[in-house]
Amino acid sequence: MAPRHERLEALAEWRRQSTWVDGVLLAIRLGVAATILVGFGGSLVAGTYSIGNIASFVVFGLTIGCIYALVALGYTMVYGILRMINFAHGDVMMVGSFGGLFAADALSGAGVLEAAPLLSLPLVVAAGMVVGAGVALGVERIAYRPFLHVRSLAPLICAIGMSFVLQYAARGLFGSRNRAYPGFGWMERTFEVGGLTIPMLQVVAFVAAGVMLAGLLAVVRLTRLGRAMRAVAEDRDAAALVGIDVGRVIVATFAIGGAMAGVAGVLYALVFKQITVFLGFSLGIKGFAAAILGGIGNLPGALVGGLVLGLAEALGPALLLEGFALPAPYQFKDVIGYAMLVMVLIFRPQGLLGERLADKRA
Amino acid sequence: MSKVLEVSDLTVAYGAIRAVRNVSFRVEPGELVTIVGANGAGKTTVLNALCGLRDIRGGRIRLGTTDITHLPPQDRVALGLSQVPEGRRLFPRMTVAENLEIGAYTRREAAAVAADLEWVLELFPRLRERGRQLAGTLSGGEQQMVAMGRAVMARPDVLVLDEPTMGLAPQIVDLVLDALRAINANGVTVLLVEQNAYRALEIADRAFVLESGEIVMTGTGAELLDHPDIRNAYLGYDA
Ligand SMILES: Nc1ncnc2c1ncn2[C@@H]1O[C@H](COP(=O)(O)OP(=O)(O)O)[C@@H](O)[C@H]1O
Ligand SMILES: [Mg+2]
Repeated sequence: MAPRHERLEALAEWRRQSTWVDGVLLAIRLGVAATILVGFGGSLVAGTYSIGNIASFVVFGLTIGCIYALVALGYTMVYGILRMINFAHGDVMMVGSFGGLFAADALSGAGVLEAAPLLSLPLVVAAGMVVGAGVALGVERIAYRPFLHVRSLAPLICAIGMSFVLQYAARGLFGSRNRAYPGFGWMERTFEVGGLTIPMLQVVAFVAAGVMLAGLLAVVRLTRLGRAMRAVAEDRDAAALVGIDVGRVIVATFAIGGAMAGVAGVLYALVFKQITVFLGFSLGIKGFAAAILGGIGNLPGALVGGLVLGLAEALGPALLLEGFALPAPYQFKDVIGYAMLVMVLIFRPQGLLGERLADKRA
Repeated sequence: MSKVLEVSDLTVAYGAIRAVRNVSFRVEPGELVTIVGANGAGKTTVLNALCGLRDIRGGRIRLGTTDITHLPPQDRVALGLSQVPEGRRLFPRMTVAENLEIGAYTRREAAAVAADLEWVLELFPRLRERGRQLAGTLSGGEQQMVAMGRAVMARPDVLVLDEPTMGLAPQIVDLVLDALRAINANGVTVLLVEQNAYRALEIADRAFVLESGEIVMTGTGAELLDHPDIRNAYLGYDA
């Protein structure tokens, strides 16, 4: 450690150069640290939760985190290529989830779902993917393609419009009440490991999401299409000059993002057992937050952002808020999630894995 | 494997401003032709119109026997027209090897692509040990080599280059222009755009001078090198 007078000098230097904004930021940092310490300490002292409880929170957090990551991928892929947020993405996911619901209902009516859930699940997921991809293609065609060579905010406005169209169309067609997914036979049970009770469906959703995420990353790393996507994201004109059909890459990006969102919508329904037409907003904004948290435009960042958000929401209420003796800590999970997002935006605006915006081409 | 490139009456506008006006020229198979002109003369605009990155206001572009005026950029690459763009425009977060490989994006024959990669590495031996390095971390000269290699990997009939020597040290300029001559000697038609008129005219078979969007002079490289107007305006010394 530096001698005392040097440290004092550094402190004086900081005080000379800093403005009141730095002071406020420092105060926020200290406040967050204090909150975490007090909350965490209080939770330990209160001792409401056993290690087993906490382990099951972790399992739940990972599951929901993977689902957030699947949604986040669509935001981050489109942003990477167009430098624009697809505001209709949440509703793409919602419609995909309804696609899965209808497939599940049909399979359940035929008695297949109960009898062979492991066989049925891929079909239900596939239905969600196809519907999600199809709707995403429609969004691209209507809101983005007409403006491909124009610099304007029109695509954003159109995407917001598409979001409303999808949500209200779904509301008109499917109603605004909660819709329950039918039962998936033996997958509805729970199982025990080391005294821990875990719902089978959570594990199924976690594995399915993991497979999808791995598959997507493999496509982007290893295939010709993936390389073309990376090239368009880095420099659209240069990509065209090596013979890449930029328009087709954009279409493929929307389709893949939509398919991933469809999977997320189905898996979310498996875990929470029900969906509404408002899912596009509630889960969509979580996916968006996860994408920002991880660093928008960065694929591994979407994964990290989703998992961090999922774990924070699952563990935060128990580990942090319990210490403040709040009446119903779990109700505050969104507060924790979004507070974390705001913190990241203040202290690391480029996201956890993102590069500084200044390094990127605008 | 060479094709003629013919441009007739090309006009390109940015809004109301016509940056290129009624430009016509022809590059014969196997030639090395240069377009020289001051900053803002319209050189980049011409090349981007050739490659399909810019919509044109009027005129026709022909490559070999094909009218490519209205084809999208990727089809022009597949037909044999490649560009080394101004400022190199590599994919900075891909490796050197990936940048070179993606140059062959429109090609399917793996063996021929591998042979061309070997040829590029012979042209630019420095790139051989840099295959795994990110392109964004290379020096300017090395980036120019990758940009040229990437374009060559498409196995073009006609290669157009936009100020490939810009910002490079004199020895590196020599290296780049030697490689360009080797590419040309290998049967590739070359259209070289340069502000650095002296070096370009030295190696060119023929040259055009572009001024405010119009071709104001044509001749062989040697003729223009000796022309008093050119010496005044572009070579920076008195006749
Ligand atoms: N994207 C653009 N928008 C408007 N004007 C442009 C654009 N690009 C180039 N120009 C104008 O067109 C003219 C020709 O530019 P350019 O082709 O880049 O010239 P050069 O490559 O010879 O330096 C210049 O006057 C320039 O200001
Ligand atoms: Mg230029």
